Amino acid sequence: MFRTAHVLAGAALLATLGCATSSKPIGAAGDAASRVYVAPGEHDELYAFMSGGFSGNVTVYGLPSGRLLQQIAVFSQYPEKGYGYSEQTKAMFNTSYGFVPWDDAHHPQLSITNGQADGRWLFINGNNTPRIARIDLTRFETEEIIEIPNSSGGHGSPYITENSEYAVSATRFALPTPQEDMSIKDGKFGGMLSFVKIDPTTGGMTLAFQIHVPGYDYDLARSGKGPSRDWSFFTSYNSEEAKTLLEANASQKDKDYIAAVNRKAAEACVAGGKAKNWNTPYAHNRVGEDGMARTEMIKTQKVLEVTDCPGLLYFLPTPKSPHGVDVDPTGEFIVAGGKLATTIPVHSFSKMVKAIADKAFDGDVGGIPVLKYEAIIAGEVQNPGLGPLHTEFDGKGYAYTSIFISSEIVKFSLKDFTVVDRVPTYYSIGHLMIPGGDTEKPYGKYVIALNKITKDRYLPTGPELTQSGQLYDISGDKMKLLLDFPMTGEPHYAQALPASVLKEKSQKTYSLTDNKDAYATKSEKDVKVVRQGTRVHVYMTAIRSHFLPDNIEGIQVGDSVFFHLTNLEQDWDVPHGFAMLGAQNSELLIMPGQTRTLTWQPQRPGVYPFYCTDFCSALHQEMQGYIRVSVKGSSVPLVWNGGSGTLGK
Amino acid sequence: MAVAALALSVLFVTPLWHIGLTAPQYPEGLGMYIWINRMTGEKPQDLNSINGLNHYIGMKEIIPESFPELRYMPVVVVALLVSGLLVALWGRRQALYAWTAVFAAGAVAGLADFYRWGYAYGHDLNPRAAIKIPDMSYQPPLLGGRQLLNFHADSWPAFGGWVAVLVLAVALTLSVREWRSARARTG
Repeated sequence: MFRTAHVLAGAALLATLGCATSSKPIGAAGDAASRVYVAPGEHDELYAFMSGGFSGNVTVYGLPSGRLLQQIAVFSQYPEKGYGYSEQTKAMFNTSYGFVPWDDAHHPQLSITNGQADGRWLFINGNNTPRIARIDLTRFETEEIIEIPNSSGGHGSPYITENSEYAVSATRFALPTPQEDMSIKDGKFGGMLSFVKIDPTTGGMTLAFQIHVPGYDYDLARSGKGPSRDWSFFTSYNSEEAKTLLEANASQKDKDYIAAVNRKAAEACVAGGKAKNWNTPYAHNRVGEDGMARTEMIKTQKVLEVTDCPGLLYFLPTPKSPHGVDVDPTGEFIVAGGKLATTIPVHSFSKMVKAIADKAFDGDVGGIPVLKYEAIIAGEVQNPGLGPLHTEFDGKGYAYTSIFISSEIVKFSLKDFTVVDRVPTYYSIGHLMIPGGDTEKPYGKYVIALNKITKDRYLPTGPELTQSGQLYDISGDKMKLLLDFPMTGEPHYAQALPASVLKEKSQKTYSLTDNKDAYATKSEKDVKVVRQGTRVHVYMTAIRSHFLPDNIEGIQVGDSVFFHLTNLEQDWDVPHGFAMLGAQNSELLIMPGQTRTLTWQPQRPGVYPFYCTDFCSALHQEMQGYIRVSVKGSSVPLVWNGGSGTLGK
Repeated sequence: MAVAALALSVLFVTPLWHIGLTAPQYPEGLGMYIWINRMTGEKPQDLNSINGLNHYIGMKEIIPESFPELRYMPVVVVALLVSGLLVALWGRRQALYAWTAVFAAGAVAGLADFYRWGYAYGHDLNPRAAIKIPDMSYQPPLLGGRQLLNFHADSWPAFGGWVAVLVLAVALTLSVREWRSARARTG
C-alpha cells in the first residue's frame, strides 16, 4: 500500500510540477567493479543488516560486494530453519491475539555504547502487530520478542538511545486508547509513545512506560545523542486526525509535528508515581537458557498522561507530513524529511532548549506546548527534490537525504544547508544507510539506497519484481554509483558495521555439554522412546551419518509423536536436518550441540521414512530411518534400535 | 646438567607431540596433542570430531583412558628428572653416560611405541566400515606429513617434545665433551 500510494503521489506531483529527474547516464563509476570486488575466499569489509520488510526477516549482506550471507528469521515462520514450527521456537510468535505467524519488519537498530555500534544485539520492529525483536549477534538468532500494547502500526521503532538504555515505539495508526468499540467517524482516538528498557548485560527488554499522546499518526523516531541524549524525537503526520482517505485528508495542514520527549522528565514522573496503570495484556516471548522460547503474558503497564507530567513533551512544528527525523552525529541538528514539503527543515537542538526556557510557544495542543517554528529552526535546505524521506550523516559535516518521488540522494552541508551533490537512484528510494551514519561516529565511505521499485533494472520475473540496494561511494566530493543488487522483501532500513566487530565472536557450535534442553540426548547410549498415553517422546540423536533410533515400531494413528533430536556434532558448519513424510509441519534444522523438537501426528497405518535434509557428509543420503505406524489400540509393542531399545538386538 | 633435567618439568605443562589434519572442508584444521599423561584436541571438540570422521574408515575410537603409557609416562619423566638432578649433584662421569643412555633408549622406545599404536590404529579397521579402499591403511606418519584420503596428516613434536629433544641433545653434548676431555687427560 505504501508503495502504491507513493507511486501515485509521485506521478501526480511529477505531472503537476513538471519536474523530471536529471538525465545522468544510468551506470556506475569507471572503477566500480574493482571497488566492490571481493575475491573468492576473501571477506567483506562490512556486515550489513537489511530489514526484510514484509518477508518478516532480516537479511545479512556483505559490503561492498552486496553478497547475501544469511537470513535471520524474526517475525515470520521460517520453515527452512524450523523457526516457528519447532517446539522450541513456536512461542516466539505469541501475542495478546494468539499465534501471529507474520509481521512486517521495518527498522533494524544495532545496540550502541557511547553512541557507537557495539555489535552485541540487533533490534527490529514489527509494524503490523506492534512488536520489537532482539537478535543475538554471536548466533544471528532471534532471542526475544516483546509486544507493544495500546499501539498499532509499531512503525517509529526501535530507534534506541545513546547507550542502548531504551528502544522506543510509536503508534502509526491512531486508535481508541485503551481499545474499545466506538464509532470510527466520531470516536476520539489517541496515540502512544512507548519506552522499552534494555537490560545492559542480557539485552532483555521490559516495557518501562508509555506516553499517551494526541491521535496523530506517529511515523518515525530517533533518540538524541551527545547534548540531546536525554531526548527522543517522533515525527507525526495526520495532525488533521482524518480517519478516511488520508492521502488528501491528512495532507491539508502546512505543518505537522515532531514530538520531542524528555526521557529524564518521563523517568522522574514515573518514579514519582504520576503514571497510571492500564490493563492491556501483552506478550513477552524469550528464549531461556535451555533454548526453549516461553511466553509471559503481562497484564498491566504504566501510562503517563502528558498533562500529568509538565516538561515531558513538546511539539516542533515541521512541514509537511514528515517521515524521517534524524539527529546528526553532534546531537545538535534534527533533520526532518517532510514527504510533501518543498524544503528540508533542520531544527536546532540548542535553539529548542532555549525556546523551551524562553517559553517561545505558539499555543498548545491538548496541553502540549507547540514551539515557535522560527525559534527552533537552524535552516531549511532549498530545492532538495521531491519527497525527502530520511537522512544519514557521514561525520564530515554532510547529510544525505533520500528523496522518494524524484528518486535521488541529495547531499547537503550542515554548515550552510545548501545542496552540494545529488545522484539518481533506480528507483523510488525509501530509506538510505551510511554505515554508522545514524551514530555519533559514522564509518562513512558508502551510502546504500534502499529502493522500492526496480522495473527494468534486472531480468523481469513476472509481475512481482525484486527490490534493490544500490551502493554509492561517498569518500570523495561526488557520490559515485558502485553496485546495484537485489534484495528480499522490502528493505526499509538497514544497519552496517565493520566486519572486525563481529567476525571473531561469531559462535561456531552450541556446546553439547551445556545443552540444557529438557529432552536433550547427549549420548547414543541414552536414546529412547517413551509413551505417555497418546504422547510419544522420541529421544533421538544425529551424527554423521545416522540417526538413533532409526527404526521405531509401536507408534499408533492418533498419537502425537515428539521427535526430540539432538545434533551430537561439535564440529563447525555441520547442522543436520530432519524431515518426516506426511508431517503437517516444517523440517528441523539442528545446529551442532542443539536440540530441536518436531511434532508429528501420523494419520494412516504403514511404514514411514524420515531423513536428514542438510547435506552433512558423504553418506548423507544414507542418513534415514523408518517408523512403523499401526492402527489405534494395536498390540505391536513399542520398540526401537539403539540405547535401551530392543529392536535389532 | 641440572638445568637440563629441570627443563623436563615443562612436559607437565606443555604437550609432547602434535598430530594435525587438514582437508578441503577443514581449512581451519583439526588436531590433537599427546601429553605425557593425556590426549587433548587442539580445539576443545577436535578429538570428538576426529573420532567421528574415523568411524567412516572403521578406525577404532581414540579413547585416552585406554593408553597405559599415559599412566606411566609421568613416572618415567619424574624419575628422569630426579635422577638427572642427582647425576648433576654427584658429578660422576659414568653416571652422566648412564643417564644419557637411559634417556636415549627411553626416547627410542617411546617412538617405537608411538609407531606401534599408529600402526594398530591405521591397520586394525572394522570390516563393516562405510569406506573401504583395497590396500589402503591409515597409519599417521611417525614424523612429517602424509596424505590419507582427503586429509593431510602432520606429525611433529610439540613444545614439550622439542624441550625433551633439547635436553637429550644437551646430555649427549655433555657426555661427548666429558668423554673427550677424559680421553685427553688419560691419553
